[in-house]
Amino acid sequence: MMASSYKDEDGHITVSGSGAAAGGGGGSLRSKKPENTAFKQQRLPAWQPILTAGTVLPAFFIIGLMFIPIGIGLYVTSNNIKEFEVDYTGVEMSSPCFTCSQNFSWNSTKPCTCSVPFHLDQPYESNVFMYYGLSNFYQNHRRYVKSRDDSQLNGNEESLRKPSKECEPYAKSNNKPIAPCGAIANSMFNDSLELIYIDPNGTKVQIPLTATGIAWWTDKHVKFRNPGAENTNLTVVFQGTTRPVNWRRPVFQLDSDPDNNGFINEDFIVWMRTAALPTFRKLYRIIQRRSNVHPTLPRGNYTLEVVYNYPVRSFEGRKRMILSTISWMGGKNPFLGIAYVSVGSVCFLLGVLLLIIHHKYGNRNNAAEISH
Amino acid sequence: MLRRRLNRLFGGDEGRVHSRTIYVGHKSCPPNEAYIPPKFCDNRIVSSKYTVWNFLPKNLFEQFRRIANFYFLIIFLVQVIVDTPTSPVTSGLPLFFVITVTAVKQGYEDWLRHKADREVNEYRVSVLEDGRRIRKMSAKIKVGDIVEVEEDETFPCDLILLQSSRDDGTCFVTTASLDGESNHKTHYTVADLESDLQYLSATIECEQPQPDLYKFVGRMHIYRNSQEPDVRSLGPENLLLKGANLKNTQKICGVAVYTGMETKMALNYQGKSQKRSAVEKSINAFLLVYLFILVSKALVCTTLKYVWQSKHDETWYNEKTQKEKETNQYLKMFTDFLSFMVLFNFIIPVSMYVTVEMQKFLGSFFITWDKDFFDPEIQEGALVNTSDLNEELGQVEYIFTDKTGTLTQNNMEFIECCIDGFQYKHGDGSSELDGFCVTDGPVNKIQQKAGREREELFLRALCLCHTVQVKESTKQRQDQNDQFDQIDQVDGLGLDHGFLDPPQKEMGFIASSPDEIALVKGAMRYGFTFLGLESKNMKILNRNKDVETYELLHVLNFDPVRRRMSVMVRSKTGDILLFCKGADSSIFPQVRQEEVERIRMHVERNATEGYRTLCVAYKHLSAQEYARADADLREARLALQDREEKLMAVYNRVETDMILIGATAVEDQLQDEAAQTMEALQGAGMKVWVLTGDKMETAKSTCYACGLFKKNTELLELTLRTLEDGGRSREERLHDLLLEYHKKAVQDAPPVKLGITRSWSVAGHDYGFIIDGASLSMVLSSSSEPNSRRYKNLFLQICQNCTSVLCCRMAPLQKAQIVKLVKNSKGNPITLSIGDGANDVSMILEAHVGIGIKGKEGRQAVKNSDYAIPKLKHLKKLLLAHGHLYYVRIAHLVQYFFYKNLCFILPQFLYQFFCGYSQQPLYDAAYLTMYNICFTSMPILAYSLLEQHICIEVLLEHSTLYRDIAKNAMLRWKLFLYWTALGIFHGLVFFFGVRFLFSNPALQDNGQVFGNWSYGTIVFTVLVFTVTLKLALDTRHWTWINHFVIWGSLAFYVFFSFFWGGIIWPFLKHQRLYFVFANMLSSVSAWLVIILLILLSLLPEILLVVLRKPRGPHARQLAEGGLLQASRSLLSHHFPTST
Repeated sequence: MMASSYKDEDGHITVSGSGAAAGGGGGSLRSKKPENTAFKQQRLPAWQPILTAGTVLPAFFIIGLMFIPIGIGLYVTSNNIKEFEVDYTGVEMSSPCFTCSQNFSWNSTKPCTCSVPFHLDQPYESNVFMYYGLSNFYQNHRRYVKSRDDSQLNGNEESLRKPSKECEPYAKSNNKPIAPCGAIANSMFNDSLELIYIDPNGTKVQIPLTATGIAWWTDKHVKFRNPGAENTNLTVVFQGTTRPVNWRRPVFQLDSDPDNNGFINEDFIVWMRTAALPTFRKLYRIIQRRSNVHPTLPRGNYTLEVVYNYPVRSFEGRKRMILSTISWMGGKNPFLGIAYVSVGSVCFLLGVLLLIIHHKYGNRNNAAEISH
Repeated sequence: MLRRRLNRLFGGDEGRVHSRTIYVGHKSCPPNEAYIPPKFCDNRIVSSKYTVWNFLPKNLFEQFRRIANFYFLIIFLVQVIVDTPTSPVTSGLPLFFVITVTAVKQGYEDWLRHKADREVNEYRVSVLEDGRRIRKMSAKIKVGDIVEVEEDETFPCDLILLQSSRDDGTCFVTTASLDGESNHKTHYTVADLESDLQYLSATIECEQPQPDLYKFVGRMHIYRNSQEPDVRSLGPENLLLKGANLKNTQKICGVAVYTGMETKMALNYQGKSQKRSAVEKSINAFLLVYLFILVSKALVCTTLKYVWQSKHDETWYNEKTQKEKETNQYLKMFTDFLSFMVLFNFIIPVSMYVTVEMQKFLGSFFITWDKDFFDPEIQEGALVNTSDLNEELGQVEYIFTDKTGTLTQNNMEFIECCIDGFQYKHGDGSSELDGFCVTDGPVNKIQQKAGREREELFLRALCLCHTVQVKESTKQRQDQNDQFDQIDQVDGLGLDHGFLDPPQKEMGFIASSPDEIALVKGAMRYGFTFLGLESKNMKILNRNKDVETYELLHVLNFDPVRRRMSVMVRSKTGDILLFCKGADSSIFPQVRQEEVERIRMHVERNATEGYRTLCVAYKHLSAQEYARADADLREARLALQDREEKLMAVYNRVETDMILIGATAVEDQLQDEAAQTMEALQGAGMKVWVLTGDKMETAKSTCYACGLFKKNTELLELTLRTLEDGGRSREERLHDLLLEYHKKAVQDAPPVKLGITRSWSVAGHDYGFIIDGASLSMVLSSSSEPNSRRYKNLFLQICQNCTSVLCCRMAPLQKAQIVKLVKNSKGNPITLSIGDGANDVSMILEAHVGIGIKGKEGRQAVKNSDYAIPKLKHLKKLLLAHGHLYYVRIAHLVQYFFYKNLCFILPQFLYQFFCGYSQQPLYDAAYLTMYNICFTSMPILAYSLLEQHICIEVLLEHSTLYRDIAKNAMLRWKLFLYWTALGIFHGLVFFFGVRFLFSNPALQDNGQVFGNWSYGTIVFTVLVFTVTLKLALDTRHWTWINHFVIWGSLAFYVFFSFFWGGIIWPFLKHQRLYFVFANMLSSVSAWLVIILLILLSLLPEILLVVLRKPRGPHARQLAEGGLLQASRSLLSHHFPTST
């Protein structure tokens, strides 16, 4: 009796230690019975899946059986894509572009040209896509990636005159705003590549290259816009700005076609989409298939005529030209096919393995397992 | 007098004086002295923390004192100051959100407090000034004002009761708003005051304000015409506390002694010390690991950056800005390091804190909502005082329970009594005239009765020796309605049993202890009815229906040290009698020894039957003896210092040489389902210790009744009785016994497998350990220091090997000591204390989790507890179901959060190797910010609120399941490593999978290429889907909410990505994601790689699920296989349990 009577008998002022001050809501008694709802009683109807060998094994097999064919399909597709690559950096003495790469100077007025001969073993039947590839070029460097002014590129007049700080140190030159500003624009790839087919009889045929359709549609039509909406005379529009320091021409002279000039020049737009990795390729030209009879690029000898403007040797970079056909999955990349086949086979094998284990192991206490 | 003057001199400088002097009615006393009004604080209550002006700085300061918030603030500041890869918005926005939400919440709470304060402070009260009643605002009350309070009003400040409208100079008070107790408590006016307070001239000298609500000492000097003032002692019975309500009394007048923030109520207003759960400690440990990972990642990157830069110096296409060139190299390194920290800081997400807090806060509602916790008797459900400890409920290893009111109902019924060695039991038949029959007695005196005179003396003693009040039924009906339920319960017996006098039919008793009521009722059944106390006269209706009147001279209050109480009364004939009742151990030494043996036998037998026994003794006091006792008592009561000690000494002096009359036995019924609950808890691997102040025999019988001790339990006793056996000194005996028990219980016991399964039940031998307060204090405070530590260890080891431990005769503080001892023992087991009374508060506060029972003994336990439940039986569900689920939920939440942020940030880290360590973020800023806030937060929150990996019925049925999660099983390092490994694996898969895909970035069927933002978006898409599906795999309980948030989150991600990339946002500097997501979806390769990577990431998970034994929530499944459970619990230690 002691335990309890002490606390009561020891005086009438049995008052607790921690009363709520100000008597505001202290000691409010909740006399309401809790609601008997499924949610409050944690009795919501619920689906209670149990992943057991029984349910998962078929999944393994299904995944395996689905992935392996997909993988094979991808692999075959990738293998059917024809791709040809030629490095024209000119590092080796023997390389035709060696001189150009050695004598490079930003200020040289006379462009250096070189021709790289190559041979295609197979005819390229469908549309051929011509890429230029750069290596060891860190387009994804943070300072580089942010060095642009999207507002300027979107045609904002104010940003045209006052480029964003992000563009530093490529924002102004000789106290004039640079258009387009920033490191990305400044370092735009400016080699020009021409493809010449050498007929078996020795005549040189220039392959027609299409320079449009290489940039994302939305970039070309929405994200990039020339300033001065109505004014088609870009020379006037860009008056008061200066070209990026490494450019040879101002932005309004990139192309003769007014729909591919200025900020909406597709070469420029492609360049402005920064690459994810230091070795990358960018779409340069498209060689449209002209007739159903002749292949787009017949088997034979070609020369790549390069106007060598772009220095890469200073950072040990490489320049390539890539000719590739394209399938529904994009360019040539065996990775997906291999990955699908291997994951599919692993799943399948695991399925088999588990089935065996499950059979052996499951027999022992099947009763408990099968009961649910 | 000198002291009083001094006090007045230092009136304004109270810190230096021990007491304060109050001038009643602000009148100088004695009248000829100059009156200098002393300065006290006014009666304004300020419970609010903030004002309009200091809210912002103060609140911000308090919020940033939290280490996590501070960390995020630092990250944010770094982002603002240093040129960092991500904009300050990415970390600023979540932080701002968290801070704002918290500030708004706290601001709102403070506004409520302001409102409550204003209500209290502007409450109109009547103050008597110069004989006139003036209405004033409560806040304007000054110390010394005479305040008039009417019935049902709340006392505006601490008052000394001067005048009551009741004739007997008492008033009734309920302290419901202070501590929830709704029983009436009696307070007394200061004796012999002028009836007209206008002419009262008095000072009160009392101690400085102190928070102890039970204590008040002071004295009152009353100046009459005669120069020498009358002195009255003032005690807590004269003090009316602010916050209490006046009941059953029309009005009272009192003088304000403590006002405003100096009232006891305000002084007691302070938060309890915060308890931290084990899970939180785990979080902090994991946090350190991740902080380490973060710092090392940043260091690695910084180092590599400079190694890389030494080879790749500034290239022509990417020149540094002027500013960068000029910056000091070392400063540059440092800022680079900070930048990397910022880039990777998402690995420790703000949102985890928010989610954990929300989970705890929202999750605790399920306890309050649980209708199984609703007790129809008291019309209340469970109460959650803190939501911080939800998961701790699933980790309890030791339960310390109070006996009375917790294991037992505290529903007292008078069973029998024993007068002079003869046992009297109340027969239902009432064949005998007075309903009193002798069932048995000492063997040689069968069917005999004690002398009638002794009988009546005994019954008078029962009627007189108590502090029960008779509840008046004539007035204030509505006031009593709320009382009635309670009274009726306390009555238990029903009133019509014994007494038949019609006008008294509705009589009820009010007492703070049900024991006393049971005794008074018992006496009533035998013909002696207590009619009440009227102006110091106790009236009794005796068997002959005559009213006997006794003048109440003194009440020697009960205290836990003496364990007895006495009253001194003067009968009509002028005899002065002292009646005393108390525990046998405290009465026996105080009575003449020859009577003891006869009664001891009964007492002990009653005790073994589980009854609560009390012995009753009396004593005649001669006039001289009384005079001396009276004088001593008055003197002691007037003492300002050491009053308690002095009173105690007097009490002990008076309560000697008494004559034992008899003993009573009161039954305290077990709580509903007490035995089942205990069984379930023990089955769950918890050790139950009973800590009680009760007698060993009584407590032991309760333990047997509850099934804590079983028939085959071997009891190891360490009590005064066993210590005194053997005839050697107690110290030696203690030593021997401890060693002996240790050998038995620890050394000879089969080795207990430590670790996951605590296998007390596996051992064939059950031990029960019994220790009493005195022995415990010997163990804990042995004379020599090395011994004491050794004893403590022995004691702990013995106890830990025993099934149950019973500690009886415990003082409240000893209870806390035991809890502390166990809490700090090896392995730091999680302790839970459960109790219902004020004496349990100390152990409730001490234990990791404190549970209060909403019993009959007031609300102290409930107020101080972390959780309060109406009945003991609710503990089972609270721990086995709620605790288990909360633990599993939060453990999974924590692991999952670390995992998902690791695989979020790892690709970003890996990307640094491909971008020249330039801190280029892989993901867009929007994704960085939204990942934790929107895309992946809701599913885990829903999971952590709704998951039932095993459904509640099964958890309740199979208490052993609780052991699976014991010892923080789901947050051990092994599992943490598993999750971390999983996170790393996923991160690697995400990054390199896409990396290989991007070896040819021409991924569209029109030959166009993808850039770095497409890369990040593909990785991010895989990430969001994988972590969400991983959670889906772990979810065992799919309610519509889970479906909604999981699929909803994924849909929202897709929708958001379209939306975010679909518009040129005018406020953004960079339109990085413009149509990136849409373009990604137009590429078949991207689709294929996303599907592949998600599957590849989840493959190991699915594999584990298959290899692991099924762990389903179906009742059937578990019920069918005991085998299954065993094998499953074994397996689950080999394979990480992710559920």
